[in-house]
Amino acid sequence: MSDLVRLLNVFCLLSLMAVGGGTAVLPQMQHEAVGENHWVTETQFATIYSLGQMAPGPNMSMVTLIGWQTAGVAGLLVTLVAFYLPSSFLAYGCSYAWDYFKENPWREAVQRGMAPVTIGLMLAGVHAVGKTACINPDHSLEHNTITTLIALAVAGILFAKHINPALLMLVGGVVGWFFLVVN
Amino acid sequence: MPSALNSPPSPASIFRVFARIGATSFGGGLIAYLQDAIVTRNKWMDEEEFLAALEIGQTLPGGNAVNVAIIAGRKLAGPMGALAAASGLILPGVALLLVLGLLYQRFHQNPDIAAGLAGVAAAAVGLLLQVTLKIGAKQFLHLRDLFFVLVTFVLVAFFHASLPVILFLVAPVAIALCRPKKKETHE
Repeated sequence: MSDLVRLLNVFCLLSLMAVGGGTAVLPQMQHEAVGENHWVTETQFATIYSLGQMAPGPNMSMVTLIGWQTAGVAGLLVTLVAFYLPSSFLAYGCSYAWDYFKENPWREAVQRGMAPVTIGLMLAGVHAVGKTACINPDHSLEHNTITTLIALAVAGILFAKHINPALLMLVGGVVGWFFLVVN
Repeated sequence: MPSALNSPPSPASIFRVFARIGATSFGGGLIAYLQDAIVTRNKWMDEEEFLAALEIGQTLPGGNAVNVAIIAGRKLAGPMGALAAASGLILPGVALLLVLGLLYQRFHQNPDIAAGLAGVAAAAVGLLLQVTLKIGAKQFLHLRDLFFVLVTFVLVAFFHASLPVILFLVAPVAIALCRPKKKETHE
């Protein structure tokens, strides 16, 4: 029960802080889910994040798996509502007020000023999941080299050519399996 | 021309349209799917309305696509429309995630699966890196912006600054420096 209340608190707050989309709250989410509350391990967090990238729909729906891992179906539902409802209410309300703010020069300032902060948070998000998935001190140097190369290859391929990312995730899985197990 | 738009649909048909996106949008790029469904195929909004919705969706916290769904749904059928659009967009993916989660729980100790998942997780890092660099391209080339990118990154990644610290200390400074120009000259 107390887990459900914690989940509700944490994900409601994350919902309202997710300026610029869910990725910006990734470091904070990892901190809460792994370090503070021990809902999931670091590896589980990285895996859950990658599952979210593969599934259709908004990729931050992966938060529901953290809830599910913590408190079963009730946890899943609580997390789902907590993460999407507060920001949705805000969007609902603000779509009324939008025309009013349209003329306000501060809106532009907020957008311009927040952009680099959001990018910094996203980079910290890359660091947060990359630390576990690619440069993990618990893994061998070989393992880390292979996973880092996969990550860099995926980034490079996506810069060169527009390929469906879900497909690249699957290819990454096959390549990872091939080099980590077969060799 | 507003008369070119189709008449408002029922919440049920809104749900159907958004659920189809929610079930088929593998690999992200949700905004493109939404635009295709809302503007091009169903003519529920014109291009301009859609862009305004997108702008609100991106400025506010929360997933951009979910926010756009809320705004479009509200415009089409009020609160029920918003609920239908957002739940249609979200629920199919959650169902699939649950299946993936169950499979993970069942098989994660299998060395083949564990290795495959390690590869998938690494690929997801690469995807996130690419998206971040692409979205941030403009910010990396602008000295003041780059400064705030790096300050935020270093504070969060290495000094474990929490998100409220960033949003209430760093962000206001960044916004103040971009404040509407009156007489001052900077940069």
